[in-house]
Amino acid sequence: MGSENQQEIEIVPEQADPSSTGCASCPVHHAANLHKLGVDMENWDFIAALAGNPNTGKSTVFNALTGLRQHTGNWPGKTVTRAEGGFEYRDQRYKLVDLPGTYSLLATSIDEEIARDFILFGQPDVTVVVVDATRLERNLNLVLQVLEITGRVVISLNLMDEAKRHQLKIDHRRLARDLGVPVVPTAARYDRGMEELVQAISEVARGETVGDPFQVKYDHPELDQAVSELVEEIQEVFPEIPNARWVALRILDGDRRIIQAVRDGELGILQSASARSVDEGKTALKSGYKQ
Amino acid sequence: MREGTEHILQTAEELRWKVGGDFHEKIMESIYLDATRIADRAVTRLGEKEHFDLDGFIDRLVTSRHWGFPIMFLLLMGVFWLTIVGANYPSALLSSLLLDQLHPLLKGVSAQWGVPGWIDGLLLDGGYLATAWVVSVMLPPMAIFFPLFTLLEDFGYLPRVAFNLDHIFQKAGAHGKQALSMTMGFGCNAAGVISTRIIDSPRERLIAILTNNFALCNGRWPTQILIATLFLGSMAPAYLAGLISALSVVGIALLGVLLTFLVSWALSRTVLRGELSAFTLELPPYRPPRVLQTLYTSLIDRTLVVLWRAVVFAFPAGLVLWLSANLIIGEVSLAEHLINFLDPLGVLIGLNGVILVAYLVAIPANEIVIPTVLMLTVLVTGISGVGEGAGVIFELDSTARTWEVFRAGGWTLLTGINLMLFSLIHNPCSTTIYTIYQETKSVRWTVVATLLPLGMGFVITFFVAQLWRFFSGV
Repeated sequence: MGSENQQEIEIVPEQADPSSTGCASCPVHHAANLHKLGVDMENWDFIAALAGNPNTGKSTVFNALTGLRQHTGNWPGKTVTRAEGGFEYRDQRYKLVDLPGTYSLLATSIDEEIARDFILFGQPDVTVVVVDATRLERNLNLVLQVLEITGRVVISLNLMDEAKRHQLKIDHRRLARDLGVPVVPTAARYDRGMEELVQAISEVARGETVGDPFQVKYDHPELDQAVSELVEEIQEVFPEIPNARWVALRILDGDRRIIQAVRDGELGILQSASARSVDEGKTALKSGYKQ
Repeated sequence: MREGTEHILQTAEELRWKVGGDFHEKIMESIYLDATRIADRAVTRLGEKEHFDLDGFIDRLVTSRHWGFPIMFLLLMGVFWLTIVGANYPSALLSSLLLDQLHPLLKGVSAQWGVPGWIDGLLLDGGYLATAWVVSVMLPPMAIFFPLFTLLEDFGYLPRVAFNLDHIFQKAGAHGKQALSMTMGFGCNAAGVISTRIIDSPRERLIAILTNNFALCNGRWPTQILIATLFLGSMAPAYLAGLISALSVVGIALLGVLLTFLVSWALSRTVLRGELSAFTLELPPYRPPRVLQTLYTSLIDRTLVVLWRAVVFAFPAGLVLWLSANLIIGEVSLAEHLINFLDPLGVLIGLNGVILVAYLVAIPANEIVIPTVLMLTVLVTGISGVGEGAGVIFELDSTARTWEVFRAGGWTLLTGINLMLFSLIHNPCSTTIYTIYQETKSVRWTVVATLLPLGMGFVITFFVAQLWRFFSGV
């Protein structure tokens, strides 16, 4: 697969400036309808979570979308509290939750547990993963873990300005195809790519884009065997759970929080979410809205 | 349902044995493998590292064994020097506007309206003057300091500071990330205490919380700057005065850092013993600071927020001061009673009763210590021609005249130095104390965090005073 002819397209965020395309029928054109609502989060239609490694510009993206000025700084781990803000797009209101920056979701620290619990049990309509384009490999570790939990994901391929400075070319379409979710190149510090990001967020939230998330291949036979055995059992008890494979892995790994959730049936709430997203996806497919 | 869930867990238990102990590693390995594969396909590197690697060069310089600390010291020094020198002019301008022009104007208006004397005194001479003083003294240095500090932060220098300090913190038995919470403390201790949340281990976090107060917060360094200018800068020739003042303020700030290490060391070897936890500190790439945006956000977010807090505390404190100076009990005012009561203790530690009373009044906000000291000094010494009456906070338009007031109050170089020390080492302000309680949810640790530095302050100033008196033979 890796030997395939690669299509190299350098993405300079300015190129995607909607005003320069002049395409009024293009959905991106509506990006001018972004209303930053600051802390006004009443009556939201959708919840979006903002996840990502530390120091990838998550807070900057948060500020660019909400118009808030949460303090940003160039050092890892400076967001210590969960910040919330709102924005309105195409007459729908979004509540945006900025999660603490983490390298993984294995819940080995408080930060990771907060982020993980919100993505899993908070059931956001969209999870935006902010990714450092200059450190793609390490950042993808988190992305793959998020994709195991939910397919309602948009990747903000951030710090594209840095990537350019480091002479990195990133084929974001290839990335989107491999990951199975929308990837939007951004440079939040300079407010570039934000329109396209909002557009992608709204499409996933409204079910117009349905992801086909990449699943990690566990190449150890005995591991694979154990996971599929357990998945069967989980699906018997929770037939409609969307992320049985991930739950199985967590239980096998001895994740106390998840084991507790299985024991007291909290895991059941995940089923309703899956039912909803599947329905929305179907409707969207029928109306031919999917791009 | 219940049976089903128990069965799942049972199966999992059995399967876990089959897979073997390195389950976690296998999962991580698979994730890393796929991440690498996907990233490799998407990323192409141009011009394989032929160009000069600027980031690497800067990193080698600022984290080098020999140059790391001198560069850190020079940067800190530069920031303080710019602040001290740059703040003079706008400070004078603001104070002449708010104190020399607006205050008499307000007094005139209130006299015209026939406002009763005590209301006029309470509001205008008490509340208004305290507030105006805080604004004119604090706003300019903060408006310079915060943007400079934020620029350094935006550039990516702070994690390098943490990197440099890491092994010292480790030797002190504390967490390396404490360097970051300490640096935040230089802005505001309450913010510094909150930022200790980045430390996962409760033991190391508690050490970071208890020692954060030793980071000289910005509410205290107007005091440091003024005293350094008056007592230390004035001893040097005029062209060196700014430099000497900046040096002594940096000296106090570094003493604070030293105390942070020492107290962390002592705590981690006594009441807070335990394992060191490892962590990875990522050195982020340097980024060109966004100058205009930094100026804007640091002015709005930090400067105005901190200033507002000071104002909110200064106004009621001004009222209290005015009242205590005008409530006569027996022969003298309440303030003088207090001063006389605390004076023996103050003199013992090289300070005086006035300063201790000022710190009592200033628990809500360290910012108003100096104006309170000036007002109370005039009150007790009764010098004529200076000040405007009991309970009136004022600012003297030249440092020379402030110096006169201090001398009349019996101040010496020792008083100045010990005031700088005490300002560094005393209880945190009430906001920080409350924040510590919020973060620890423990009355015991809050009390420790409050009384430990206060006790240390008394001990240290006491010894300095004894040594001083011994050597100077006074």
